[in-house]
Amino acid sequence: MSAPLHYLPAVQIARMVRERTVSAREVTQAHLDRIAAVDGRLGAFRHIDAEGALRRAGEIDGALAAGSSPGPLAGVPVALKDILVTRGMPTTAGSRILEGWIPPYDATVVERLRGAGAVLLGKLNMDEFAMGSSNESSAYHPCRNPWDLDRVPGGSSGGSAAAVAAGLCAGSLGTDTGGSIRQPASLCGVVGLKPTYGRVSRYGVIAFASSLDQVGPLARTVADAALLLEVIAGFDPRDSTSIDEASPRFAAALGGDLRGLTIGRPRELELPGVDPEVASEVDRALATLVDLGASVREVSLPHVQHSLATYYLIAPAEASSNLARYDGVRYGARAAAPGQSLLEMYCRTRGAGFGPEVKRRIMLGTFALRSGYYDAYYLKAQKVRALIARDYQRALAEVDLIASPTSPTAAFRLGERSSDPLAMYLADVFTLSCNLAGLPGISVPCGQTGAGLPVGLQLCGRPLDEATLIRAASAFEAASGPVRHPPEANLTGGAA
Amino acid sequence: MSGSRAPGPAGRWEPVIGLEVHVQLATASKAFSGSATEFGAPPNSLTDPTVLGLPGCLPVFNRRALDMALLLGMAVGARVRLRSRFARKHYFYPDLPKGYQISQYDEPLCEGGSIEVALPGGAPRAVRLMRIHLEEDAGKNTHVPGGAVSHVDLNRAGVPLIEVVSEPDIFSAAEAAAYMRELRLLCRWLDISGGDMEKGQLRCDANVSLRPRGSSELGTRTELKNINSFRFVEAAIEHEIARQAAILDGGGQVVQETRLWDSDAGVSHSMRSKEEAMDYRYFPDPDLPPLEIDPALLDSIQASLPPLPAEVRARLSAIAGLTEEDVQFLAGDRERAVYFAQVAGTPHAKPIANWLLAEPELVARAPVARMIELAELAAGGTISATAAKKVAAEMVKSDEAPRAIVERLGLAQVSDEGAIRAMAEEIVAAHPAQAESYRAGKQTLIGFFVGQLMKRSGGKANPQMARSILEALLGGSGK
Repeated sequence: MSAPLHYLPAVQIARMVRERTVSAREVTQAHLDRIAAVDGRLGAFRHIDAEGALRRAGEIDGALAAGSSPGPLAGVPVALKDILVTRGMPTTAGSRILEGWIPPYDATVVERLRGAGAVLLGKLNMDEFAMGSSNESSAYHPCRNPWDLDRVPGGSSGGSAAAVAAGLCAGSLGTDTGGSIRQPASLCGVVGLKPTYGRVSRYGVIAFASSLDQVGPLARTVADAALLLEVIAGFDPRDSTSIDEASPRFAAALGGDLRGLTIGRPRELELPGVDPEVASEVDRALATLVDLGASVREVSLPHVQHSLATYYLIAPAEASSNLARYDGVRYGARAAAPGQSLLEMYCRTRGAGFGPEVKRRIMLGTFALRSGYYDAYYLKAQKVRALIARDYQRALAEVDLIASPTSPTAAFRLGERSSDPLAMYLADVFTLSCNLAGLPGISVPCGQTGAGLPVGLQLCGRPLDEATLIRAASAFEAASGPVRHPPEANLTGGAA
Repeated sequence: MSGSRAPGPAGRWEPVIGLEVHVQLATASKAFSGSATEFGAPPNSLTDPTVLGLPGCLPVFNRRALDMALLLGMAVGARVRLRSRFARKHYFYPDLPKGYQISQYDEPLCEGGSIEVALPGGAPRAVRLMRIHLEEDAGKNTHVPGGAVSHVDLNRAGVPLIEVVSEPDIFSAAEAAAYMRELRLLCRWLDISGGDMEKGQLRCDANVSLRPRGSSELGTRTELKNINSFRFVEAAIEHEIARQAAILDGGGQVVQETRLWDSDAGVSHSMRSKEEAMDYRYFPDPDLPPLEIDPALLDSIQASLPPLPAEVRARLSAIAGLTEEDVQFLAGDRERAVYFAQVAGTPHAKPIANWLLAEPELVARAPVARMIELAELAAGGTISATAAKKVAAEMVKSDEAPRAIVERLGLAQVSDEGAIRAMAEEIVAAHPAQAESYRAGKQTLIGFFVGQLMKRSGGKANPQMARSILEALLGGSGK
């Protein structure tokens, strides 16, 4: 029996639509039906654009009928983290402060998806302004993990991971500032790729921490992630931090063995907080990579132990600046009772519009940037950041990839860490050093815990060398057997 | 420091002034996005997602603004950083869409350099500069009088500015005004700004302090903001000097604060004290990579620099016959200076300078060759000085050669001795009483007779010839 339409890989959907063995409309409708059936329990979507999606699918079918080519993502249903700006479609970044805002423009990645023939289903739930690792800081509603609805999907791109895992879309885009693509991908059992900083345009990506933010794909297969990346990557003159390189053909890196590939295991990432089940799945994954021809050796990243402290100075500092624009003057929600003065309007608008995690980080960042403290905090953090980047550069001169668990634990329960921000921050201990160093990283499913929760293997590579990540991850994926889907009973409430 | 310092009105106190001047650069588009820059467009019509600070938008630096800033930097002899940085300056205000202004902080584009100032009758003196940095402008708030509503116009938001910061190297209000005039002249000369204070293209904040004359330490300073017209630069600073002098004379202490100049009332008001000073939380803008400058760009800008006003003034001062006023006027506009340079070495320099002073539009209206033609007509006696002035005025209005104008208006000078003698005889005969007085010794009456003759000739008679013929005719005690 073939897979239902909603679990077809994006690559296959695009081929079938182009060959007209299925229409883009049928595929879109199947996904809309799936969303209708499942998302009430899951909470992955913030906004569903059924009408727009069907209209677009119809256009693609029309174009194909007329003999023109709608692009590499012809008819592939994709959904977007609600941090990506979409013309005419509400965009909230998971925050009340942007409630009601309808953007007048498209992010570059959105433009590129549209141009490649993707069908945009809607916007996905997330932690408010991408600040969180559980999706619980969404100002609207939590998103649940499709493998266990009592557990979190990870974050901040929780909706992006959960929607892909549950077959609500063939692929999605997320953003990753400290692990926000890879950690939820790991917790939901899907592939998540954070490209090199500058590889994908940030134009139209609502900024959290500008020097760390990067857009990337989440998908059920490495090939699908590679296809999405190929479409969204490449130079954009509208982003001054965009790297002036064309997007390579990432699909060319798929398949093949891993002979000659060297993978490093950083000594410093053998942390005490790692769940033993996670550690043993990662060990088994490394053994599989060796079976595929790779060699594994230990490397040293001496400064990586300071990643968390470094990250929690730089990211909040930039966030406190980036979020200054939400003042109730021009767009978004202004306090219902704005008071008698400008200052009161600001305080009430921001007081009501931002949630506690966002306020915490604005305060941290404001403190770190105060005159007289800048050198001790932000500047010192930048120096440590440079040391971390140098550690990676040295290690990656000896090895092609660096492997670790994506997350120290599998999905935790909703509410389990919400009163303990520090415990929450630890969820990103393996991922955020990659962001600090600007390097590409991928999380690929590597087995499950005894409770049936997915575990993810993280591979981190050289700048602009996403191709090697894709090559290693796809070989590993092929050796790991067919893609596993979450229990259907969780999703539809019926029998599996 | 060299040259003159004009003594101010503050008695035993010496004013020390530093100016922070914002100059709007005359780029076609904004500093970090493609929206146009114009004055007087309908409110909020010159905006885009980046100007509006919409979520997700990003800045892309307009390199034209860099070229313009470098022109000024090199013209004032500043050191240019080959790698400078944009920084974010944070504060909340409705006219600041992002909640921060993109500016430069600890790594500005230019440092050092100087601007020459001279007071009337004094020698030029170099006022040293601290820095020149790039930044973007904010929008404009309009408070509806009596209402609870303010309007925000973001047309100006994102327009490129440079901030030119002087050292505390200015010692009187008059010098401050001279500095502002010279900076405006430089900006116009280099074509980097309209330099119009009334349009906000040039804005001046003044740091003013007093110290006992002879002291080299700086006193407590105040910052004077909102000096938004050329007319007020001197008055506002003069007022602040007097205010501080009164405090110090009374044994009091000046409070470090920011004061707002109220040009209608001619006074300043305290805006905020040192304790209330804002913490702008500067940090390098992560959306913009460091601003790298290719040394080849500096070379090409250096090569494109025209002769500068100070140099032009020095050259003109050496020309015989030109007054200080002539020099200021001729070097007060680049086009005029370039125009005049073509005749500066000729014997016609002075008359042409005079005609330009009377008719500045000649620079745009008349080719230099025609001015020389006019000067030759006058020097050769074909037309009188009065007629030459008339011709110059006519040249502004019509596209004719001077000779054609002389002909059309019949201005050619009559130098025919017979004709002049005939007119002189008639006039002497018609005014016997005056002729008698003249002969009796009232020689000043010769002016009357010449005037009558010039009138009779329609201004065309050669006045020297007329005079000598009349003198001979009147005889008597004539010279």
